[in-house]
Amino acid sequence: MTMAGPMNRTPRGVKSQVKNPGKLMLRLMKYVFRDYKYHCLLVFLFIIIGVLSNVQGTMFTKNLIDDYITPFLLTDSPDFTPLARAIGRVAVFYGIGVISTYLYNRIMVNVTQGVMRDMRNDLFAHMETLPIQYFDTHAYGDIMSVYTNDIDTLRQMISQSMPQLINSAFTIVSVFVSMVILNIPLTVVTMIMVVIMVVCSRKAAGISGKNFVEQQQNLGKVNGFIEEMMQGQKVVKVFCHEEENKKQFHEMNEALFRSADRANTYANVLGPINAQLGNISYVLCAIVGGALALNRVGGFTLGGLASFLTFNKSFSMPINQVSMQLNAIVMAMAGAERIFALMDEKPEADNGYVTLVNVREENGELKESSERTGRWAWKHVHQADGSVDYVELKGEVVFNGVDFGYTDDKIVLHDVKLYAKPGQKIAFVGSTGAGKTTITNLINRFYDIQDGKIRYDGININKIKKADLRRSLGIVLQDTHLFTGTVKENIRFGKLDATDEEVIAAAKLANADGFIRRLPKGYDTMLTGDGANLSQGQRQLLAIARAAIADPPVLILDEATSSIDTRTERIVQEGMERLMHGRTTFVIAHRLSTVRNSDCIMVLEQGRIIERGTHDQLIAEQGKYYQLYTGNAITA
Amino acid sequence: MIRMILKEVKEYRNASLATPLFMILEVMMEMIVPFLMASIIDNGVEVGDIGHIYRVGGLMIAAAAVGLLAGMAGGRFGARASAGLAKNLREAMFDHIQTFSFSNIDKFSTAGLVTRLTTDVTNIQNAYQMILRMFTRAPASLICAMAMAFFINARLALVYLAAVLILGTILVFIMLHATKYFQQAFPKYDDLNASVQENVSAIRVVKAYVREGQETSKFYKASENIYRIFVKAECNLVYNAPLMMMTVYTCILLISWLGAKMIVGSAMTTGELMSMLTYCMNILHSLMMMSMVFVMVSMSSASAKRIAEVLREKSDLENPAEPVTEVADGSIEFSDVEFSYKTDSAEPVLKDINLKIHSGETIGIIGGTGSAKTSLVNLISRLYDVTAGEIKVGGINVKDYDMEVLRDQVAVVLQKNVLFSGSILDNLRWGNPEATDEECMEACRLACADEFIRRFPDGYHTHIEQGGNNVSGGQKQRLCIARALLKKPKVLILDDSTSAVDTATDAKIRRTFREEIPGTTKLIIAQRISSVRDSDRIIVMDEGRINGFGTHEELLAGNEIYREVYESQTGGGGDFDEKAGE
Repeated sequence: MTMAGPMNRTPRGVKSQVKNPGKLMLRLMKYVFRDYKYHCLLVFLFIIIGVLSNVQGTMFTKNLIDDYITPFLLTDSPDFTPLARAIGRVAVFYGIGVISTYLYNRIMVNVTQGVMRDMRNDLFAHMETLPIQYFDTHAYGDIMSVYTNDIDTLRQMISQSMPQLINSAFTIVSVFVSMVILNIPLTVVTMIMVVIMVVCSRKAAGISGKNFVEQQQNLGKVNGFIEEMMQGQKVVKVFCHEEENKKQFHEMNEALFRSADRANTYANVLGPINAQLGNISYVLCAIVGGALALNRVGGFTLGGLASFLTFNKSFSMPINQVSMQLNAIVMAMAGAERIFALMDEKPEADNGYVTLVNVREENGELKESSERTGRWAWKHVHQADGSVDYVELKGEVVFNGVDFGYTDDKIVLHDVKLYAKPGQKIAFVGSTGAGKTTITNLINRFYDIQDGKIRYDGININKIKKADLRRSLGIVLQDTHLFTGTVKENIRFGKLDATDEEVIAAAKLANADGFIRRLPKGYDTMLTGDGANLSQGQRQLLAIARAAIADPPVLILDEATSSIDTRTERIVQEGMERLMHGRTTFVIAHRLSTVRNSDCIMVLEQGRIIERGTHDQLIAEQGKYYQLYTGNAITA
Repeated sequence: MIRMILKEVKEYRNASLATPLFMILEVMMEMIVPFLMASIIDNGVEVGDIGHIYRVGGLMIAAAAVGLLAGMAGGRFGARASAGLAKNLREAMFDHIQTFSFSNIDKFSTAGLVTRLTTDVTNIQNAYQMILRMFTRAPASLICAMAMAFFINARLALVYLAAVLILGTILVFIMLHATKYFQQAFPKYDDLNASVQENVSAIRVVKAYVREGQETSKFYKASENIYRIFVKAECNLVYNAPLMMMTVYTCILLISWLGAKMIVGSAMTTGELMSMLTYCMNILHSLMMMSMVFVMVSMSSASAKRIAEVLREKSDLENPAEPVTEVADGSIEFSDVEFSYKTDSAEPVLKDINLKIHSGETIGIIGGTGSAKTSLVNLISRLYDVTAGEIKVGGINVKDYDMEVLRDQVAVVLQKNVLFSGSILDNLRWGNPEATDEECMEACRLACADEFIRRFPDGYHTHIEQGGNNVSGGQKQRLCIARALLKKPKVLILDDSTSAVDTATDAKIRRTFREEIPGTTKLIIAQRISSVRDSDRIIVMDEGRINGFGTHEELLAGNEIYREVYESQTGGGGDFDEKAGE
């Protein structure tokens, strides 16, 4: 017996059908067997021993009555020593049964928890390799529920259903054999009843299953409505929409009730039907067996009847149990399908071979160095002849006729050309959806372009190993994400081996040092829930510090200061300017005042660069930028 | 807490009462079977009375049939009662949440409320069904079997009594112990999920900094931890099954030994011995069942607690006894207003607010993040109650109005706004359910939304997805403004509602407002100076106080903060102003 999973799980609609349950089951078995081969074999063995000792014990009832009770009924001074010996023998068998039951349960704990751990680890490790596109196209809640709901149903299946199935299968076989040995006519009676039981429960399970699907659909609707309304609760209040809401909810809730009522009724009825059919089977055997024993047909004894009746009970029990597990198995299979689907997702492709290395200059030539030298170079191993080239990392980025679309049939960026010299500040402006963020996502290869070329220090970025490419780029994103951990650890995220002094220096650069020192535990203050205890502005300052410590030659600032009010922004701006000094920087900003001093400003509209130039040039052109800018500064 | 939940059983009371009764009936029928069995053997088989076998056999089948019907009825009513309770609980909570004030909503997070309405209710539903069916069935079965055992042979039955007491004690001990471990383990489990959550939402950061490896090894460590804790916790439970088996086996052997002696000594019959063995299984099985149900029910008590929290929460805003149902005009007056979100917090969010706004004025509000701009305007439509002082709208204290009337006349376009799934028209009609298509289009024209809506293939019938994710930020904001305009309010509050709208459109919206709804008092919170500089007057907020109140020119001349903000947004260069001023 294991506890049900954590209480905070969200029920989700049951997918209609698992495509290939057999294959899936096999794969799951393989997965379990991969690391727990011997464990599984032992469990198997112990289950068999347990079942056999139990069967042996039941057989004893026959001997007890036929050999140790009935013969003595007529004697005056019965000798109980043989009985004592027999009981002792059975006790040993029972003892073995108890011990093997303990052992297999104990081993199963390790197997179940171990498989869960491996599965989580594999899922997570694989998830980290997936391309950004995966996260764009899969709802956050769906990914989470693989880790929670799906793994949970699998745990129930592995820890309970699988041993139960093995156990039941063995019990059924061995009990069946014993029954045949004891009495064939009674076995036939039992089997007929079993067939009736199976037919009935399949029928009930089928109806209940259909209703469960309906229940899940209604539950999904109700949950969706709840989620939407709870999120918009304040809007509901502002518009006094409460009564309307109650009415709508009432209707959905009523539908859910009806289907839940039906589904659970059929599921609940299944138990009594099986139990009572089992009882009827028992009674029938008692009547027929009684008649047989009375007439001593085929040497059938009273003891034999007693044993048979016990077997009759132990025959219907596993069948009941299996039918109860079936639902769990179906759910687990649906879960397994989603788990393996995530594991089968293609990881981010990376054919790059150019790597980033530390270099030292010797006699005017770049030499690779294993220490941190502060100078970096691209190590280019030519595939043709194996010769090695070193190109110093400078931060020159060139886009040449780049086309891009998230899907092939819908191009969102058209023929983008840009040239960023090392140390230049390039700004992108334009309305929401113009494609500003998309361009920066192409530089670090979150997405791959459809057409054209992007060169970094003269190297096609497709040839650069993604990890090395990204290491050379610092990014501050619009939505700041912090991780559970201390402030220090969060800044250190940018450079894992940074000393405390470096962390503080980076914080100072970003003007974050002041507020950090005012936190209850300064740099050691724990941040939880994505830094929920900090203001939006403070979080952004930390994100800037995180980028600063990484000390990359190229920086991408995607609306990095959008959540900070303009006065605070001025303070941050100083830090930002210091950070940008000497680096190629790509800036996306809503506020035109922050991009004014850029070396080149690109105005984007619907995926095309429509204007480019310095601030003064663009103002002089009196185009879109001029409109935006003047609208921003002085009312039109 | 439990009483609060049970109150919601309501019309399913009869079903709730019937379920245990039928379960007990089923158990009784089940218990008769082994007893009749003894009779078959002793008075039928052993004495050779085939008629007796058939008679008693018939009785047994009748008992099984009654048991079947009772079991089905129990299942039927159990399903109805628990599904009904779940329905009532959901509805009670949902309806209750509708009465919540903003501060009530703030107290519970959105996710928290959703979990309470969904998962927690499902847990209670399952637990309730379990209690109705199993929690009566198992003890009833235990008691019946025990009674039958004593009836057949009191001395042998003592063996069972002893076994029940010993096994029961051990089970309780194990369960208590295990529950303790599990209670420690589950929060860790939540931590692990939190770390997955973090990584899914921050995947861009992880990838941008090439920290996949580090995050993975961090995760490995956490999951290894979980593994250890759970193995430890579950190891306690591992004793259950073998213990139970051991007790059953011991009983069987003891009964066999003692029973054999008794039968030989003619103190008992063979049939009775066989019934005794059957009851043995029944007794111990129900004990096991009880311990399992107990654990599962106790685990759902956390859900009950969370649901009760919502139901117990009292809305802290109430309609006055004799509400005013007419808002005279759009004038607003704050006198000595002080406000804090929590009554016990030391530093109030707003302090010493005194304001007089005339009907029809356009007021800009500007100030840094956290300067309490939003708090200020939220008080006007009584989304929160002031801590001290009073606010008058149309010359009457907001607390004296019927809340619905007040909120219809004081329309707020919230900063964090949402659209709901449904067509654009459906969304607009939140403002006024009776609005005609023409009125909706007119409102959209005022909010500069008409132009882009018409560009959609389905125009005003375009379906908006949940949360409004299929329209851009600027479009969403304009739709929200249009929705508020449909109320035809006397006061319109825009809380940073045009931040994603480009500056030209922003200006156009304000111009339209000035020209087309001159009688409406307009309060505009903005980050950009450009959005407020043409207002009649501008409020400068700083750390919960009014720092300045006047026209653009007045403030520029006399207010330091305003000047600083202005300069930060215009670059401050003199040459620039000349150029822009063309």
